Amino acid sequence: MDERKGKYTTVSIPVTLYNRIKKLIEGTGFTSVSQYVTYVLREIVAAHEEARYEEPFTQEDKERILERLRRLGYL
Amino acid sequence: MSGDKVAVHISKELYEKAKKYIEEQGGFESVEELVEFVLGEVLSEEGGEQVFSEEEEEKVKERLRSLGYI
Amino acid sequence: MVSKPHGGRLVDRVARGRRRELLLDEAKELPRLEVGFDRAVDLEDIAHGVYSPLEGFMVQEDYLHVLYDMRLSTDHPWTIPIVLDADPEELGDVREGDDLALTHRGRVLAVMRVEEIYGWDKREYARMVYKTTDPKHPGVAKIYGMKELLVGGPIDLVDELPNPLERYTLWPAETRVLFRERGWRRIVGFQTRNVPHLGHEYVQKAALTFVDGLFINPLVGWKKPGDYRDEVILAAYEALVKHYYPRNVVVLAALRMNMRYAGPREAIHHAIVRKNFGCTHFIVGRDHAGVGDYYGPYEAWEIFQEFPDLGITPLFIREAFYCRKCGGMVNEKVCPHGDEHRVRISGTKLREMLRRGEKPPKTMMRPEVAEAVMSFDNPFVEA
Ligand SMILES: [Zn+2]
Repeated sequence: MDERKGKYTTVSIPVTLYNRIKKLIEGTGFTSVSQYVTYVLREIVAAHEEARYEEPFTQEDKERILERLRRLGYL
Repeated sequence: MSGDKVAVHISKELYEKAKKYIEEQGGFESVEELVEFVLGEVLSEEGGEQVFSEEEEEKVKERLRSLGYI
Repeated sequence: MVSKPHGGRLVDRVARGRRRELLLDEAKELPRLEVGFDRAVDLEDIAHGVYSPLEGFMVQEDYLHVLYDMRLSTDHPWTIPIVLDADPEELGDVREGDDLALTHRGRVLAVMRVEEIYGWDKREYARMVYKTTDPKHPGVAKIYGMKELLVGGPIDLVDELPNPLERYTLWPAETRVLFRERGWRRIVGFQTRNVPHLGHEYVQKAALTFVDGLFINPLVGWKKPGDYRDEVILAAYEALVKHYYPRNVVVLAALRMNMRYAGPREAIHHAIVRKNFGCTHFIVGRDHAGVGDYYGPYEAWEIFQEFPDLGITPLFIREAFYCRKCGGMVNEKVCPHGDEHRVRISGTKLREMLRRGEKPPKTMMRPEVAEAVMSFDNPFVEA
């Protein structure tokens, strides 16, 4: 997948930290520190996005939906 | 505490998301700092579990074996 | 809380009112592309937010990301390419940037802004998504039967596909309001294409013990001969819910969505879809969405480890069976007894009994459910 190399960027971390993480992930299925960093970053970013979501319905949308739900007997 | 650094690779999309996270969340100056912090946390959690030396752990296992638990 | 839609925003590409009229008007002048039933179903699912954050059929960048990384180009998890195929002759002189009217059986269903027209490698698709290039695999066979080009771009739905199960159909915007009205915070989704037997009920109830509500969401609309008819599945579930679940803990609604038999990748896909409906949890069966022996029994569980950012929690619940020694429904994890005490429930066996008009034993199927099935002259899809 060489054509997609340009899609990556680098983050620099201290060598000592790098080495400790490298040791930590030995035998866990993670094949590189980059892969592990990706994993933990995704986890925290997603948790953050999750926390700040609000439903975008207008009042009108909601009324329309509630009416149909009542008509079908769901409410 | 500046020293040698190593580069790790993450996708640009994820980098952008991490940047957005920092802007909204505050507390970090850069994605680097965030990554360093998070990895540090991981290590301290892991470290917290390793209260045993290998020798101590072997002793515990020995007892569990003698009692038939493992 | 009801879960956040995938990618952060619930997609709504259903044109309404004045906008719909304008689009229908525009469509009269546009080049047309006739699509089959499967793609029409995709259109409807995209427009109603089932596939949020997708707003149309995938462009090449997303297609390749999904193929190789199991993510959209925005980094959000996504495992099944959602693509529109066409032959060069059909597209005529349609260019990128043009609008295109998508028709089904001659009726305009949607208007699409053509962002990109690109070629694809079907064997590569099969290898990545299905882990096999074997044309005997039903999903692979469908891919091999598709046309030579893919057309990517956002769509606007201007007409609904006829829906015989309209009164059983709820879309994500509706279930999200419904779950909230009922005060549910934790909702578990259950995917099915079957009449419920005791094993299914046990799995659902095991999950329900820990959450506020159960969303039973049968896939309908595309049955092959010998399968239960859609109305039969819904009637059977109505009977089960009425007689064996407390009031107000279950929502039963049908979803017309293509089944792809992609095993582990499709398990992720099914979870994402239910997240869009507002579920916080999703029951993943052993060999979920598998077919034949193309996938290992636990592959559909293992793949979830690769997605820390999925935004919906998978629940891995083992198959249930009746144990005479235990005196109830159990699974491998909780019953120590041997096979001689166990009554395994086989879907195939149940189907045969019901076909012969025989009522299955109570250790396999609730009598009310069996009666609901047998109340139909022919509960099965005809050849
Ligand atoms: Zn038992």
